[in-house]
Amino acid sequence: MSGERVTTVVIGAGHAGLSASHFLRGRSIDHVVLERGEVANSWRRERWDSLRLLTPNWQSRLPGQHYDGPDPDGYMTTAEVTEFIERFAKVSGAPVRTGVNVTSVRRTGDGYRVTTSDGEIRCRTVVIASGACNQPAVPRFKDAVPGEAEQLTPFGYREPAQLPDGGVLVVGASATGVQLAAEIRRSGRPVTLSVGEHVRLPRTYRGRDVLWWMEASGVWAQRYDEVDDLTRARRLPSPQLAGTPERMTLDINALTSMGVELVGRWAGMRDGRALFSGGLRNVFSLADLKMERLLDTFDEWAQAAGPAGRADRSGAEAGPPERFPPTRVPAATRLQLDLRSGEIRSIVWATGFRPDYRWLDVPVLDAKGQLRHEGGVAGSPGLYALGLPVLRRRKSTFICGIEDDARELIDHLACYLAGR
Amino acid sequence: MTTVADNGVNVQALLEAREALQGAPEAAQFTWRASATWRNGVHSTIKVQSFFGLGQEQGHKEESVFDADHPAVFAATDNGITPIEYLLVGLASCLTAGVASVAQNRGIQLRSVEATVEGNHDIRGILGADSDVRNGYNDIRVTFHIDADASRQEIEALVAQSQKRSAVFDALTNPTDVTVEVA
Repeated sequence: MSGERVTTVVIGAGHAGLSASHFLRGRSIDHVVLERGEVANSWRRERWDSLRLLTPNWQSRLPGQHYDGPDPDGYMTTAEVTEFIERFAKVSGAPVRTGVNVTSVRRTGDGYRVTTSDGEIRCRTVVIASGACNQPAVPRFKDAVPGEAEQLTPFGYREPAQLPDGGVLVVGASATGVQLAAEIRRSGRPVTLSVGEHVRLPRTYRGRDVLWWMEASGVWAQRYDEVDDLTRARRLPSPQLAGTPERMTLDINALTSMGVELVGRWAGMRDGRALFSGGLRNVFSLADLKMERLLDTFDEWAQAAGPAGRADRSGAEAGPPERFPPTRVPAATRLQLDLRSGEIRSIVWATGFRPDYRWLDVPVLDAKGQLRHEGGVAGSPGLYALGLPVLRRRKSTFICGIEDDARELIDHLACYLAGR
Repeated sequence: MTTVADNGVNVQALLEAREALQGAPEAAQFTWRASATWRNGVHSTIKVQSFFGLGQEQGHKEESVFDADHPAVFAATDNGITPIEYLLVGLASCLTAGVASVAQNRGIQLRSVEATVEGNHDIRGILGADSDVRNGYNDIRVTFHIDADASRQEIEALVAQSQKRSAVFDALTNPTDVTVEVA
């Protein structure tokens, strides 16, 4: 298909790319959505078995589509998310081309040349919706870890049964780390969790899902240009939440009660030993204080909103304000672990993810390989991004956060095309 | 708010430096130096004057001289504090500076800040009396007494943020690659 021309190429057919397509179609801008695998590919192939959405079903909203099943307070499995996104693709009639891998995007005279496994496409504008979690981010010192311990990332991890018997070191205490630590511990294996800075949240607050509060209080709608420290906000680890039918809080205290051993942030390797930070108390304090401030924000909002403002969809009143006990500090934490001793048989790196822009031959990346952009408008004319952390709002990476971002960004794109 | 907090920290300059150094990581590379001269016994004198940073040699306006020794219970001459106490000096001053800076940045007026630091040390390690005992501190406890125009929660947040941005707290809680060689 050499020499094909369209106005806009959207890269990625997840919820972000498909939402872009929805608004492009609404403005009659001809476009294609290129997808390396299938629609919702990461959800099909790159996540562990037990994963469920962090947001409750009633928050699963895409432009023109919302959850209409029997369990609004439940959390979708990856299969259900895949189905939800697939349905959106079908209903919206998005011009998706699956199995098309983008190998290069280059600036040309008035636009971009997109090279794919299926030929070349020239376009005026490009929307990058390829995701924020394309590859696991693992510290360099992983190479110094002795061979006695098998190493996995969340891309390779599926379920506890695939791990060797014996001790497991889970590294990182964001949503991924706490979820994996909990299920591996339940499999009977001794689990040590290395904890750095994290975001603590209760699953429910005042009888509601905590994400109801994030939405209702307006915290989630806070715009990127209103956030105090945007760089920090964009690097924030995902909150310690899990979408379980029991709506269980999965914070550090819950893991301690399950018998998970805590150690500080994994700072480095020396002679086959993992060395952990002695600063564990402070990461607990930081997380406890931040959670309290957030709950204060919710309470202040609820006070101002009054009974009508804080009623949920059934009209029920919220419960009274709650405060949670501080994170319990272990009496003693180990500062090092001999990884050759056989105590640790496997290591699961839950140390975050990074996007993959190896195909992007436009100079819009910063020194750390992140896309430089202003609310999704990249530093190259006609180049846009969607679905990155705090792209335009705090809720940008959540499914329900994409609609506002996509609408505004496609508005910008349309103005650009119109030469305004 | 008619009054502006003044803790004597030039936060504006620090924020500007942060901004400027984001685009110039090479200028952010500092080298701190100290030189020690053995006097006698376990007494030495340490001088600190020059350092490198912002791409060039820098210096304190005056040279500082410190004596390090060990107390009489170590059968020493006690001409100065012990080296491991200097670590406490570093930690307390670093965290206190952090509290003042963070308070300034957050518009919190400090009236007094006192920090006491205690490090628990089993000296059987350095004496070689028990190879299972480490040489350094087993643990360190810092206690802040802060009087400020702020709630307890805000004060706790100052102290937490100060640790998060403390060079010495990091140096003590995380491993550092140390090379010691004979020139």
